[in-house]
Formats: sequence, structure tokens, C-alpha cells
Amino acid sequence: MTPTASGTSPFTPAPGAAPLHRMVAAQAGMELRVMLRNGEQLLLTMVIPVLLLVGFSTTGVLDLGSGPRVDFLTPGVLALAVLSTAFTGQAIGTGFERRYGVLKRLGATPLSRFGLLAAKTLAVLAVEALQFLVIGATAVLLGWRPAADPAGLAYCVLLVLLGTAAFSSLALLMAGTLRAEATLAAANLVYVVLLGLGGVVFATDRFPDAVQPLLQALPVTALAEGLRAVLADGAAPTLAPVLVLALWTAAGAALAARFFRWE
Amino acid sequence: MRIRPVRHGAAGAGAEAAAPRRAGPVQPGGGAPIDSAAMGTPAVEVTDLVKRYGETTAVAGLSFTAPAGAVTALLGPNGAGKTSTVEICEGFRRADAGTVRVLGMDPVADAARLKPRVGVMLQSGGVPTGARAGEWLRLMASFHARPIAPESLLERLGLTSAARTPFRRLSGGQQQRLSLAAAVIGRPEAVFLDEPTAGLDPQARHATWDLVAELRDAGVAVLLTTHYMEEAERLADRVVIIDSGRVVADGSTSELTRARQELRFEARSGLDAEALRTALPEGTRVEVRAEGAGGRTACTVSGEDADGRIGPELVATVSTWCAANGVDPEGLRVQSRTLEDVFLELTGRELREP
Repeated sequence: MTPTASGTSPFTPAPGAAPLHRMVAAQAGMELRVMLRNGEQLLLTMVIPVLLLVGFSTTGVLDLGSGPRVDFLTPGVLALAVLSTAFTGQAIGTGFERRYGVLKRLGATPLSRFGLLAAKTLAVLAVEALQFLVIGATAVLLGWRPAADPAGLAYCVLLVLLGTAAFSSLALLMAGTLRAEATLAAANLVYVVLLGLGGVVFATDRFPDAVQPLLQALPVTALAEGLRAVLADGAAPTLAPVLVLALWTAAGAALAARFFRWE
Repeated sequence: MRIRPVRHGAAGAGAEAAAPRRAGPVQPGGGAPIDSAAMGTPAVEVTDLVKRYGETTAVAGLSFTAPAGAVTALLGPNGAGKTSTVEICEGFRRADAGTVRVLGMDPVADAARLKPRVGVMLQSGGVPTGARAGEWLRLMASFHARPIAPESLLERLGLTSAARTPFRRLSGGQQQRLSLAAAVIGRPEAVFLDEPTAGLDPQARHATWDLVAELRDAGVAVLLTTHYMEEAERLADRVVIIDSGRVVADGSTSELTRARQELRFEARSGLDAEALRTALPEGTRVEVRAEGAGGRTACTVSGEDADGRIGPELVATVSTWCAANGVDPEGLRVQSRTLEDVFLELTGRELREP
């Protein structure tokens, strides 16, 4: 380039990438705003979990065994919140981003794939924090008194992070391989099926023994019952839920890395 | 029928054709405008590029270069391989054969180093439907070290009032302009625009052309695809006409059209085309067609010498023949063909499938 030749045009080339942390923060902010503005997603991530919590805590529709109903329900609804944001919302959002060429366009920017993934994860964690705040506050108003000590709480954070990782990798696998419409349908179906089977509001011990191994292997069951054991029953943390979630994460991430299509 | 690829350097016809358009803004310090053609390595260099999709060969051995500080237009009918070519330059697709160098780098292998230096406008989409125009542009700016201020670019492209409108509610023209803004906000050295004015109204089209011209003047290499003749004719320093994945002509607009002259006149009553043709040199074509009512005939004579120019001798021969045969050649003139004439001649008139 001849430095003096092009004068003061704003278009005079002066390229360069921004620092990674700035790119990731900006992208995460965009993802977060788009998620929070999406009415259907808010229905899934905020309205339905809170309605389930309030509805089943204050009415006797469900037989939830002994103990305060809210103590049983809250851990399950927290698990549902993670499922709704990390899996369903993210699968649908990413599926349509792929369909509309957003992923392709972002692929032409200095933001790397790692940066994009980091931004999506941060946005998901931010929405989850908001969900936990709303659900937790609602539960406390309904009389929820979690039983966990600091070690138990740390274990819950680990489960939520692992659950987020597992659901996110499965969401990206679905969004990166199916058509956007198929992802929309399938992600909602999975949400409903896991809501029913995964120990969210119905205890899994109500199901026949024959299907127990299958139910216990579901990521949402591992998350819901892992949280419930510690938060409701004050039990000591166990390894099984951690292993189940770690396995789902490993499998989902490996498959997503292999089969994800950017356009 | 093929026009041989025309290569031109700084002193050639391309520089001459481009010069008047650069006369606009005064250059501080009196420096000469960047003349990239003189600067050695072109910004984009495509050599013997091949791209196949299954059985279909979309790009079949394509070669061209795009210099910095110039607008290069890939012009071709639908399905000619324009988008495939540009997307390989952008690193979205891999070539099956041949080489592509952008700013001296491989678009796939050197992607991380190249992306900050290149701006991309996709043919459509590319923005989350729920993202607001201003918000999206600020995001794109935040990916770059020294971006243009998003607000000034919004204003420049008439998008200020739409800054808070979600992408899905922008008009097609606004969406196109936002995508263009996003392509240039990082102050890239090379810009790829895939049909930047498709579906735009005349005002928006002119705003886009002005911006592209300013990019060129600022020293940016612009490679765009289009199937609008007018766009290529007005904007491009260099036009690469592509058909069925091959380059069929390459040069400045004036080079492409000057090399295709023809002589035209009308005769009040019919004339014997075959008799006229035998009076003219070998290889000359004569076309006549009835023009309106009353037996008027339009006559077109073309293709005298190898590069299609019409010399004064041919004009004299036609005039003499007319005098000898009692034909009054009304409106006798030699004219360059338009780019559209050249394009249709090179790519044929049949409709394209896609």
C-alpha cells in the first residue's frame, strides 16, 4: 500500500482482528439479547418452568410423596430450566442461524469457531443464572428450604455445568445435522418427553423396573435426581450423575465435532 | 466465438478507462491515486480453478486476477459459477483443482490470518432475524481492531432510522445495505460482494455503487458478482464474463465493447443482403430485418477483421455498394456494441435453467 495515496477516506484499509475476549463478549451479548427477545424461547425457559413449579406446589394434582411439595419440585424444575436453555432453545436458535446463513457469515469474521462456541456457552450460562434467580425466588416464596451445605452446593454447580455441557453438545449435534424445521420439532419433542420421563416433576420410581436403567441413563434424570438428592434430602453427593452427564457430554461433543455442518 | 483474455497493465487501456472515475476527491499530499495494476501481486489470483458438485462441474478451469484499488466484476448468467468462485475465494468451499490466492494467502489454510483482512457480503441472509440493524453492525465492528464508526456507516447507507429495527422487518433493500455495511466495517483490504444490488431500488443501487467506488478509490480490492450489465458497465474497472464455469472474456468494459463494433443503417425499401455480403471482405456478416411497416429494412454489418473493428475502408465499400445499387443508407453509423450485446453473443440467448 502507498500510505499517502488514499487520503482520509474512512474505507482506507486498516484491517485487524479485535482481541479474542472482546469478540467473545460482544458475540455473547448479541446471543443473550436475541434469546431474551424471543418470546417462544422465554415461554420455554421461564414461563413453563415457573408455572410447573407454582402449579404443582400449590395443588395436590400430583402425589409427590412425603415432605414439602416444593422441595421435591424445585430441583427438577431447575434441571428443566437447564434443559430448556442449553438444549431446546440452543438447538432451535442455532438451527435457524444455520438455515439463515448466520453461522456462515460469522465464519467469515475474525471470530473463530472456538470463540463462537465460548460466546454461546456464556450466553446460555447467563440465561440459566437468570432462570435460577427467578425459579429460586419463586420457590423460596412457596416455602422452599434447600438442605445443602457448601459442599453440596458446589456439587450442584458442577452438575449444572456438566448438564449444560451435555445438553449444549447434543443441541449443536441436532442443529448442525437436521433441517431447521426438523430441529424445531425434534427439540420440542425431546423437551416434552424428558419433562415427562426424566424425574423433573414425576418421580422416576413410579415407572416400571424394566425401564429404570434407561431412565437413569437420561441426562435430565441424572441432573434432576442428582440435584434433588442433595438439595431436598441433604444426601451426600454421588458419582453416578456426574458420570452419566460426562458420558453424554463426551458422546455429544464427539459426534457434533464430526457431523456439524455450518451451512 | 471467444474473445481472447485481455491482460492490461498500468499503462494499458484499463488504467486509462479507470482514470476519469478517480478524479473526484482531492488527494492530500498530492499523492497519485493508488494504481494497483502497477503494484505487482494482485489481491485475488484465481488459477485454473475447478469445482464439482457430484456430477455437475460448476467451475471448469477458471482463471482471473483482481487487483487492489479496482473493481472486478464477475458477470455471467445464473448458474455460470460466479457464487461458487467467490465462495472459494472466501474460504467457504474448497477447490477441487487449481489455486486461489487472496492477499497472497490460501483462503482455507490461512483462514485465521486472512479473515480480519477480508470483507464478505453473502447473496442473502447472514444476520439473525431478531438482531437489530445497529446492534448487528456494532457487533461486526467489535470483531475488528480499527473499524469504521457503525453510526456513520448506517447514516451513509440510509439506515439510521432502521437502526433499531430487527433484521426480519427490514425491507429487502435495507437488508442488502446492512450486509454491505457489515462487509466493509472492518476496513478490509479485499471485499467480496455476491450480487450486492440484486433487488435494490434505483436510489439504493446508486448508494451502493457510490460506496463501492469509494472503496476502490481508497485502495480496496473489490470483487463482485452481478448479472446486471449496467452495474458491470458503470462500476467495474474490469469485467470477467463467465459462462458454464469458464472465462469467456476478460477486460475493461471499453475493451470488451470496442472490440465489437458494427455498422448499421436503414434502407427505405428492402435490400439484397446476400448481394451486399459478396461485395464485402471474407468473414463479414450482414444481417437484415424488416423494421416496422412500409418495407423498411435495418441492416447490420459486423465482424470484418479479427477483433471485430469496423474500419473506414469497410464503410466506404458499403457506401459504394449502396450507391451502385440505388440504396439510400439512412442513419449510417459505426457503433460499439453494448456490454449486453457482447454478453449475449458470448453466452447465448437461450434461457438458463436455474
